Amino acid sequence: MLLHSLNVGSTEFSKTTGWEFKPEGACKGAVCIPCDLYGKREINAQELSDTLGMPLVKAEVPGLWALGPESINSRALTDARAADLTLPDLAGNEFRLSSLLGQKVIVYAWAPY
Amino acid sequence: MWQALREQLHPKGVELVTVGLDTLGDAGCRAFIEAAAPNHPSLLDRQHVMAEQFGVINIPSSLWIDEDGIIVRPAEVAPAPPRDTPRELPELPEGMPARLTSIMQEASQIRDDSAVYHAALLDWVEKGAASEFAMSPETVIERSRPRNPTIAEGHAHFEIASHLELNGNHEAAKTHFRAAHTRVPDSWTFRRQAWSLEADETTPMGRFWQGPAMGDEASWPYEGDWLKDIQAVGAENYNDPWKP
Repeated sequence: MLLHSLNVGSTEFSKTTGWEFKPEGACKGAVCIPCDLYGKREINAQELSDTLGMPLVKAEVPGLWALGPESINSRALTDARAADLTLPDLAGNEFRLSSLLGQKVIVYAWAPY
Repeated sequence: MWQALREQLHPKGVELVTVGLDTLGDAGCRAFIEAAAPNHPSLLDRQHVMAEQFGVINIPSSLWIDEDGIIVRPAEVAPAPPRDTPRELPELPEGMPARLTSIMQEASQIRDDSAVYHAALLDWVEKGAASEFAMSPETVIERSRPRNPTIAEGHAHFEIASHLELNGNHEAAKTHFRAAHTRVPDSWTFRRQAWSLEADETTPMGRFWQGPAMGDEASWPYEGDWLKDIQAVGAENYNDPWKP
């Protein structure tokens, strides 16, 4: 997740990363990490990094950081339930993978290089 | 070819979603998507979220997801559907740069598990969860790419690099692309994306060249390039063999 400030809006953070803050802790998929972040509107990026194990990287230019993904179980996937991939199409419309529930789906990654 | 396969499988309840991994987004992908004229969703992934969310490390790759949104095969090499006639490599005209000849030679030795992959795909389409090629959730997780804090840092660097590139700061972008390459050495997509952005209008094969300009090798800003890296690993090892 790209950051332009070290104060991170919790709603935006949840929307971008899939981590939700509940009274019992920070939860994603089947994992909950006990913490005290429920109800906070803004959270310090370093605290997020330390609590969730998401590396905080500072860019070479001022005012830019990124929080990398968590590495909870030493695998890219912590859950076989597919993340709700959300990306634009050529027309700029946002597409969500969950719109295809009920069909088998082949997601095919390619590149023009 | 995937488009034709999609038309064949769609009436059986299958949808194809293609995702173009490219910092250049629309500008990079439009021509290819329009040439395919797809009836299925074709998405643009500028930040390589496919890498962060699903562990994609090379293209083309695929993952299979069932009707309930559960992954049954995590990201793996996705060969083109088998051809009716064997592919003929193009005759290269005389006087091609030696590097181009070498690239074609290496590419011709990349292993192609098209037959077994596509037989498995058809089996899964027919049998669903009963297919031996549909993995259990535990196996899906186990067979997904490794991830540790260093790799996760690499993803963060790549995200920063992409952002900087899109904002016109190519110099700073390269620094962060290099940092991503070092931390995620298994990712061909992180390397190929960065290499492709060095192409200009004089580059033979454009963004597929992915290496130093002829006669100007010293100014290549990356540790490796496509030809050097594939020769180092061996073309036959470029793709992991397909495992049921």
